[in-house]
Amino acid sequence: MRYSAFSVFLNALRGNKGWRPAWRSPVPKNHYDVVIIGGGGHGLATAYYLAKEFGVTNVAVLEKGYIGSGNVGRNTTIIRSNYLLQGNNPFYELSMKLWEGLEQDFNFNAMVSQRGVLNLYHSDAQRDAYTRRGNAMRLHGVDADLLDRNAVRQMLPFLDFDNARFPIQGALMQKRGGTVRHDAVAWGYARGADMRGVDIIQNCEVTGIRRENGRVVGVETSQGFIGCGKLALAAAGNSTTVADMVDMKLPIESHVLQAFVSEGLKPFIDNVVTFGAGHFYVSQSDKGGLVFGGDIDGYNSYAQRGNLATVEHVAEAGVAMIPALSRVRVLRSWGGVMDMSMDGSPIIDRTHIDNLYLNAGWCYGGFKATPASGFCYAHLIARNEPHETGRAFRLDRFARGRMIDEKGVGSQPNLH
Amino acid sequence: MASLIACPHCGPRPKEEFTVKGDAAIVRPAPDAGEDAWYAYVYLRDNPRGRHKEYWHHTSGCRRWLVVERDTMTHIVYAITDASAPGETA
Ligand SMILES: Cc1cc2nc3c(=O)[nH]c(=O)nc-3n(C[C@H](O)[C@H](O)[C@H](O)COP(=O)(O)OP(=O)(O)OC[C@H]3O[C@@H](n4cnc5c(N)ncnc54)[C@H](O)[C@@H]3O)c2cc1C
Ligand SMILES: [Zn+2]
Repeated sequence: MRYSAFSVFLNALRGNKGWRPAWRSPVPKNHYDVVIIGGGGHGLATAYYLAKEFGVTNVAVLEKGYIGSGNVGRNTTIIRSNYLLQGNNPFYELSMKLWEGLEQDFNFNAMVSQRGVLNLYHSDAQRDAYTRRGNAMRLHGVDADLLDRNAVRQMLPFLDFDNARFPIQGALMQKRGGTVRHDAVAWGYARGADMRGVDIIQNCEVTGIRRENGRVVGVETSQGFIGCGKLALAAAGNSTTVADMVDMKLPIESHVLQAFVSEGLKPFIDNVVTFGAGHFYVSQSDKGGLVFGGDIDGYNSYAQRGNLATVEHVAEAGVAMIPALSRVRVLRSWGGVMDMSMDGSPIIDRTHIDNLYLNAGWCYGGFKATPASGFCYAHLIARNEPHETGRAFRLDRFARGRMIDEKGVGSQPNLH
Repeated sequence: MASLIACPHCGPRPKEEFTVKGDAAIVRPAPDAGEDAWYAYVYLRDNPRGRHKEYWHHTSGCRRWLVVERDTMTHIVYAITDASAPGETA
């Protein structure tokens, strides 16, 4: 069924009895051309583009939990393409362009909201760094505006501009950045893929990868053996666990990142704002809750929960940026497991096994990448050739000294 | 993650006092060990889901390097020793 204002109207008249589940719950077939491990945003987007753009429809997405139970349903929903480096910028800009047309493309309301992302700066050095980044963005054809203190003050008068230690001098703004309702992204891609013949198999954990003559022939799962022509990993925080099944060691550590949401407030923060002097960023959801977070906890973790020290740190940084937050009550907090790569950038590549593909290393920034990641990965799987915008995300870049290190901190995942 | 880390020198101290460096199982290769060995040392990690040994620095305390053995799934801490203790790779 196509969703439209008309279908909403018609179903309302019929007592809303006409709605059908947005995707099927099929019994797995014995064999698929492509099996994707992980029903997060990236796995589902890959299946969608495989079917829609590359005509590969005999595809299964295997998800150990339910669709949206991983990071795709845990992130703070921010999208942006304000990257400095060559390999990153065109890729994230492709993603931004795909976001801009996504809702029409997959016929689902994902509440794409280009409300603007502001990165505050607090010193001359930080201003210079942001100027450089803004210029790099513009050279790549991406929008960027450097705002001075007064311009920021007009937009966000409640910030602590005169903080004695970290006065706010201005901000780098990407107007086209913003937020997207994360669950709807998983659901929209799942529905779009399912409509085109993809089997989405939930509660199906992959426990082993079967190989014959140096090729993958299928996967052992909690629902039995499933054969495949090609196998595509998209397990995000669990990438290592899955790669271990083929003795592939990855340049990745799993770390926990937390997020928080406050009680509902009247409209207060129109944009996404990041603090330049501490680990804090915030936006306001359409329900009114402030959605905010900080940095990863900093130790290896596969638990989807973090530590109180980080909760305290995020709260302190938040109050330093917006003193009025001291009165706000936090309703919920949660954590997700990040696949932190050694240079802070992702991997979309072939592997040492012919018909095995890898999509991993998304760190805390993979939500915004979902459309481009799915598109480039589908291209790689279908054609066995990288898409031109995803070419830099090679697995061998570490060995070859071609890291894409936005932060310039080296191979220390808890600093990225 | 436990909120208190029992430093062998300072006793139980809040986690915020420590800086986590990461995997303590990797061993620095000889200077002439070759590119593969150095690549593995700098970039590849076991990243286990379960027991894991890590270097932690007691930055706001005794400033000693420690080896913390804990579970990355349950966050239980099993053992904390000084990195120079016998048996630790340091
Ligand atoms: C708190 C938090 C805030 C974030 N904020 C942002 C943000 O604002 N902007 C942004 O761009 N990014 C953000 N991110 C990062 C982003 O969410 C992730 O990089 C991205 O979602 C990862 O890709 P995914 O959606 O495919 O992952 P997931 O949704 O985690 O998908 C991976 C799936 O694989 C499944 N799986 C794993 N192992 C197996 C197995 N053996 N068998 C079957 N299935 C398996 C998992 O159950 C999971 O559903 C945030 C992350 C967190 C946790
Ligand atoms: Zn100590």
